[in-house]
Amino acid sequence: MTYHNPPTTPRFSSTFDAYTLSEIRRAAATGIYDIRGGGAKRKIPHFDDLLFLGASMSRYPLEGYREKCGTNVVLGSRFAKKPVELKIPITIAGMSFGSLSAQAKEALGRGASIAGTSTTTGDGGMTPEERGQSKTLVYQYLPSRYGMNPDDLRKADCIEVVVGQGAKPGGGGMLLGQKISDRVAEMRNLPKGIDQRSACRHPDWTGPDDLEIKIMELREITDWEKPIYVKIGGARPYYDVALAVKAGADVVVVDGMQGGTAATQEVFIEHVGQPTLACIRPAVQALQDLGMHRKVQLVVSGGIRNGADVAKALALGADAVAIGTAALVALGDNDPALEPEYKKLNTTAGAYDDWHEGQDPAGITTQTPELAARLDPVRAGRRLANYLKVMTLEAQTIARAAGHNHVHNLEPEDLCALTIEAAAMARVPLAGTSWIPGQGGV
Amino acid sequence: MRTVDLARTSLRELNAELHRQTEGANETGFVVLNPRGGHAIAVGIDAPVDVQIKGSVGYYCAGMNKKASVTVHGSAGPGVAENMMSGRVVVMGDASQYAGATGRGGLLVIEGNASSRCGISMKGIDIVVRGNIGHMSAFMAQSGNLVVLGDAGDALGDSIYEARLFVRGKVKRLGADCIEKEMRAEHHEALAKLLEAAGIRGVASTEFRRYGSARKLYNFNIDNADAY
Ligand SMILES: Cc1cc2nc3c(=O)[nH]c(=O)nc-3n(C[C@H](O)[C@H](O)[C@H](O)COP(=O)(O)O)c2cc1C
Repeated sequence: MTYHNPPTTPRFSSTFDAYTLSEIRRAAATGIYDIRGGGAKRKIPHFDDLLFLGASMSRYPLEGYREKCGTNVVLGSRFAKKPVELKIPITIAGMSFGSLSAQAKEALGRGASIAGTSTTTGDGGMTPEERGQSKTLVYQYLPSRYGMNPDDLRKADCIEVVVGQGAKPGGGGMLLGQKISDRVAEMRNLPKGIDQRSACRHPDWTGPDDLEIKIMELREITDWEKPIYVKIGGARPYYDVALAVKAGADVVVVDGMQGGTAATQEVFIEHVGQPTLACIRPAVQALQDLGMHRKVQLVVSGGIRNGADVAKALALGADAVAIGTAALVALGDNDPALEPEYKKLNTTAGAYDDWHEGQDPAGITTQTPELAARLDPVRAGRRLANYLKVMTLEAQTIARAAGHNHVHNLEPEDLCALTIEAAAMARVPLAGTSWIPGQGGV
Repeated sequence: MRTVDLARTSLRELNAELHRQTEGANETGFVVLNPRGGHAIAVGIDAPVDVQIKGSVGYYCAGMNKKASVTVHGSAGPGVAENMMSGRVVVMGDASQYAGATGRGGLLVIEGNASSRCGISMKGIDIVVRGNIGHMSAFMAQSGNLVVLGDAGDALGDSIYEARLFVRGKVKRLGADCIEKEMRAEHHEALAKLLEAAGIRGVASTEFRRYGSARKLYNFNIDNADAY
């Protein structure tokens, strides 16, 4: 008797999926790990897993277009003689000149200034274009100290001591040789064309006790005028925030694992750090336990995309948010109109992340003059301002619907979660229940 | 000459007064009494004033100094003259870790010894140490000169870029990508000038060896992975 053996459908492994297989082949062919820009791409619990309840019988909403809903935020009121007041609680995160073109940095400054918010320098120093076009500019103080000098420190409105970044808590930076133009090289005191590594630790302090003295020095140099932020990656948010407060920060920036980067190892981006959603409540709790919530401001970043994300971050207790990737997209990054050029780079619009290679057809993550010249800083700045305005209107829409006359009055009680994971991380009840899983530890 | 006694005047008042001095100011000489190991003394000066500190200081003395001449008549804690831009800082005693870290210009002279990470990430500063220096000195040093009359500790010049290191005594071990280099006429000349500027007499440039970057780690190459 002969058996008929019907063919089965080819079955792909979900463990060894197509991307995993291609990565094994890539590693085998090149012998080097994958470096890319952007943030974590895998799906993890995020703001989408939360919902607002909205007003009903027990709460009444505010009239959408008539009743005021404030959005302003003051940062740096703890010690600084000159705290900054922003019109909206959405700031532009630190992105280095070097990773971004001078045009892109200028556009970020222009857009932020129109919208009434701040922008931030990055690993590579302050450019005159950026300072000139930014009403409120935060100057980053990083381990590499590239471009660091007391004149720029005094020109800044705020100082941000960078301890870590969500995309790579515990990691340093990298700018590959192809992006080191004459100007970038000069600002960093290094030869042209060589890979520039940024250290992962500061050269002249380690640990929170030293940081306290470092912050004191920075305050003395700038005559106690400027708010001092401490930026940390989402590693141990409860203790890290508590230590930043102890070290004397005016503002703490917590950047979750979805946070973008200019160039980092893929393995680092995808496997180190906690999701943004999981960082906020421990950070807020640390501030509350120290009696410092709303006295030391909390800025949250990592995967913020729209007004709903802003409203959710604020409801969980943040004072403001910062955006990186979304701001670049608003300027024109990964625009489908450039698809033929992305194809030439073996990618597609929306997935382009080889920012370290400096061939960005949108002229944003490049130092090649012809490419950078494609970005018109005035137009791109306008686009960013529009986007910031939309996000603000969206956050206000939600706040009014929840009955609040200021976005800062949003609270955890306004939220429920769609999944058990999100409920546990955000410490809000699972939808349809009063269950908040995971309570009992920090 | 203005005398400021830190037993009676706050650090804030001292630094604020130093910051008020501008080019051509009347008050060009300051004596600081009772520093008592305090932190951030005489930081952020931006004028050609002379500051004599009578005692030992804590962290970051003369940090980010521009144009001023600051002398510590004692020892200095971590990060003395960190990110100095120009001017001159002299420590009569010893200096703790990270002396001259990330400095961009000017001259730092340490009459005693310097601890670990001296000249870390230096970006143009000149540092002259009469005694020894500790481990990991000149780590990722980008440019400038580090001159050591005594010995250097472990892993000198690890991941060094273009800074030049001159050591008169022994080097315990060189760090990754740091090698001994030939002393050419230009180096003898530069070194002799540095010794003179630091007020060091009776020591010849011929007594030193020069170390710098092999430049093998400048662009990533998988075959060098073991060096990282
Ligand atoms: C192109 C690029 C460059 C960056 N450069 C820096 C930097 O120099 N310093 C820093 O602290 N963070 C840097 N970041 C991280 C951002 O400041 C911010 O933490 C992150 O982008 C926030 O997450 P998001 O991109 O999801 O909005 C960079 C991010 C990007 C996308």
